Amino acid sequence: MTMKSDPSQPVIAAEHLTVTVGPGGNKLVDDASFSIRPGSMLALVGESGSGKTMAARAVLGLLPTPLIAAPGSSIRFRHTELVGIAPPALRKIRGAHIGMVFQEPMVSLNPSMTIGRQMAEGLKLHHRRLSRGEIRERCLTMLKRVSIPNPVHCLDAYPHEFSGGMRQRIMLASVMLLKPDLLIADEPTTALDTLVQRDVLDLMVELTQENGTAVLLISHDLGMVSHYARDVAVMLKGRIVEQGRSYEVLSSPQHDYTQRLVDALPRRSAGGLRSARTIKPLVELCDVVIDYAGRPRLFGRTEAKRAVDGVDLTIGEGETLALVGGSGSGKTTLGRATVGLITPTSGSIAFRGGQIMTWRGRAARLQREEMQIIFQDPYSSLDPRQRIGDIVGEPLRLDTTMDGKARDARVREVLDEVGLSQDFLRRLPHQLSGGQRQRVAIARAIARRPAFVVADEPVSALDMTVQKQILKLIRDLQDRYGFACLFVSHDLGAVEQVADRVAVMQNGKIVEVGSRDDIFDRPQHDYTKRLLNAAMLLDRTFEGAAVATAQL
Amino acid sequence: MGRFLLGRLLQAVPTLIIVSAAIFFAMRLIPGDPASVMLGDLATPEQVEALRREMGLSGSLPSQYLTWLGHIFSGDFGKSISSGEHVLPLMLDRFAVSATIVVTAVVFAALIAVPAGMFAAWKQGSFADYGTVALSTLLLSIPSFWLGLMILLVFGMWLEWFPVIGYVSLGENFRQGVLFIFMPVLTLIMVELGPIVRMARASTIEVSRLEYITHARAKGLSESEVMWRHAFRNAFAPTWTLIGLILGGLLGGIAITETVFTIPGLGRLLVEAIYARDYPVVQGCILFISVIYVIVNLIVDMLYPLFDPKIAQ
Repeated sequence: MTMKSDPSQPVIAAEHLTVTVGPGGNKLVDDASFSIRPGSMLALVGESGSGKTMAARAVLGLLPTPLIAAPGSSIRFRHTELVGIAPPALRKIRGAHIGMVFQEPMVSLNPSMTIGRQMAEGLKLHHRRLSRGEIRERCLTMLKRVSIPNPVHCLDAYPHEFSGGMRQRIMLASVMLLKPDLLIADEPTTALDTLVQRDVLDLMVELTQENGTAVLLISHDLGMVSHYARDVAVMLKGRIVEQGRSYEVLSSPQHDYTQRLVDALPRRSAGGLRSARTIKPLVELCDVVIDYAGRPRLFGRTEAKRAVDGVDLTIGEGETLALVGGSGSGKTTLGRATVGLITPTSGSIAFRGGQIMTWRGRAARLQREEMQIIFQDPYSSLDPRQRIGDIVGEPLRLDTTMDGKARDARVREVLDEVGLSQDFLRRLPHQLSGGQRQRVAIARAIARRPAFVVADEPVSALDMTVQKQILKLIRDLQDRYGFACLFVSHDLGAVEQVADRVAVMQNGKIVEVGSRDDIFDRPQHDYTKRLLNAAMLLDRTFEGAAVATAQL
Repeated sequence: MGRFLLGRLLQAVPTLIIVSAAIFFAMRLIPGDPASVMLGDLATPEQVEALRREMGLSGSLPSQYLTWLGHIFSGDFGKSISSGEHVLPLMLDRFAVSATIVVTAVVFAALIAVPAGMFAAWKQGSFADYGTVALSTLLLSIPSFWLGLMILLVFGMWLEWFPVIGYVSLGENFRQGVLFIFMPVLTLIMVELGPIVRMARASTIEVSRLEYITHARAKGLSESEVMWRHAFRNAFAPTWTLIGLILGGLLGGIAITETVFTIPGLGRLLVEAIYARDYPVVQGCILFISVIYVIVNLIVDMLYPLFDPKIAQ
């Protein structure tokens, strides 16, 4: 099985692959053809809904009902036709010959089964002669290979004891344990932090190259893909619109859509630094400490966790300060505290010179009129039973000087500003796309013309081209209304496009603050350098690109 | 685990004290005096007063309450006013009857309903699924007393397979006992089938959409391996909670079923005691039922880590 057959013969070849909703239904994948040779990597790039995931799932016969591969489609794995194959024969190929790594490390491992049992399952199934001892030995070796600390303990541990990055390593280990000929990786790092993304991808490339495994990488991130995959196929609405060597596709895209994808990649020029005018401080944080109390136990509590550890920070009027850090760095907690949603354990947060108030009352209400927050996930931040008009109008109801007519006029005005037509007034959130929802969330935030907006990872749940539009929208609105913005993000690409200044946060502390160009061009702190190195910015070469370049 | 157990038991103490106070004072709010009920219309006020003193019903309410509570802590639930029997053995006797029926019914209901619900979920959208859902909704909407009467009519009167009145304990005569509890057990199974099927189905559907189920398939496992090894344990946790709640609820009283089938269980004892203003029996029963409820839930919680390792920590 590990024997590589003729390297000029593709491992997998899909021809005229069409996936429909039931027989003769809508086409989610439309006449897609691609092939991958042993040991090489093809990236299938597209936005959500482009059909890239379904194309990949069709290979393993894992299409969710009622989707089917339409007649006339062909997927050949070596000499075996996979479309219409009998389930028992397909099960012999799944896992053993074609492995798959999933997107969400939090739900792709079974939470009620130990890591050891889950890893052993595939070996037991496909290598029936192996003894228990041998299986255990192989699992341990593999866990060591993917640098899991204390592999012996790991075998008996459950998935929830590991971070997202660790789980994704474990996932890779358990799939690569069987040395498959083809690995399908469905957005394997989308849910991870920038820093961790790089590690996991590097590891994936190493492991697959060691074994001569071909890789089908599914991603929405053209920038990232170009660093790893030699070949790329761009998908739009189920069709492959462009296919070729990734550096060629990137440098001279032929199709309009590819061009748009390339344009959407983060570049410095897209933003633009505001003039270095003297800035009046609007929000001032002084030695802020925030502890999360431990969980209550029978006697006392578990140990408290320090999320923010002595932060001093100033946000000037009209400026955008980006707060950057990995998950668990305390950036979201700090963001919420600046608008009074969390009370700091000690230290002070001042807004226009007055203390931020977290209690009720008139003074606190007046202060809050000037502050707003935009949340990360537009799917859960909008009330699913309220119409868009009501959602955007709700903050205005608190303004007693506004009557119904004035409110209505303002809602229309704001919707227009965020680029949504009046048709949206009567719609419900579920009828909107992710990008449209985030526009609604922005409209809700700016409806009262605040002086300060906290944007908590506002684009990380969105597709690349949509991200770009939303970032531009925030920037334009800021130019127009001059509100200050605390832009919380782990994505340096996004930050580079909107920030005036950048604060880098690690383990609850600010390790470096500076103007955007200083941070990006002359980073001082080691952590900042690591973050920058991990961000796959297109117009910057980085050390880890060696793998991709070697392939070119 | 020991600490956890101790903690949970301690948490139950305030609950039980509140329950005992509530039931004690609520009983005293109901108009009617057990002494005058016992002595009948012709008794003189002196006779009634003497009996009240004898029964521990004189003195202020709080002092009566504390005396009662004190006795309970020493294991003395008092004597029944109407029959003169000791309350604790009386309750335990009757509880054994109810528990036999309830536990048998819940075990069978779970054994039928959980696989049925999971099967329906796995075949979501098929006729088998629709049929299972329709049937469980139908069972859910039938009142238990009507169902009991119909079963009594069909199996007891028309077919004459089972005795219609009376009860023999399983310990006394197993064959006879089974015949007597068959119909009440059947009634309870049918009543509880609906919610368990629906819960098992809903949570299995939820789990079957998660990536680790697809991951299990991508490993090459067969459908039955995916379902039992990967879906079952994760989907079962909410159903397990529901089964615990049902068991606790039913153990606390199946008065209606017991009345329909003339079973001498705890529920009927309680109802009869309320009519007779038999304070010690009512108070004892309700306190006992609360303790049972707490214990059942404790057992459910203790078994929870089997299905969800996160809880164990």
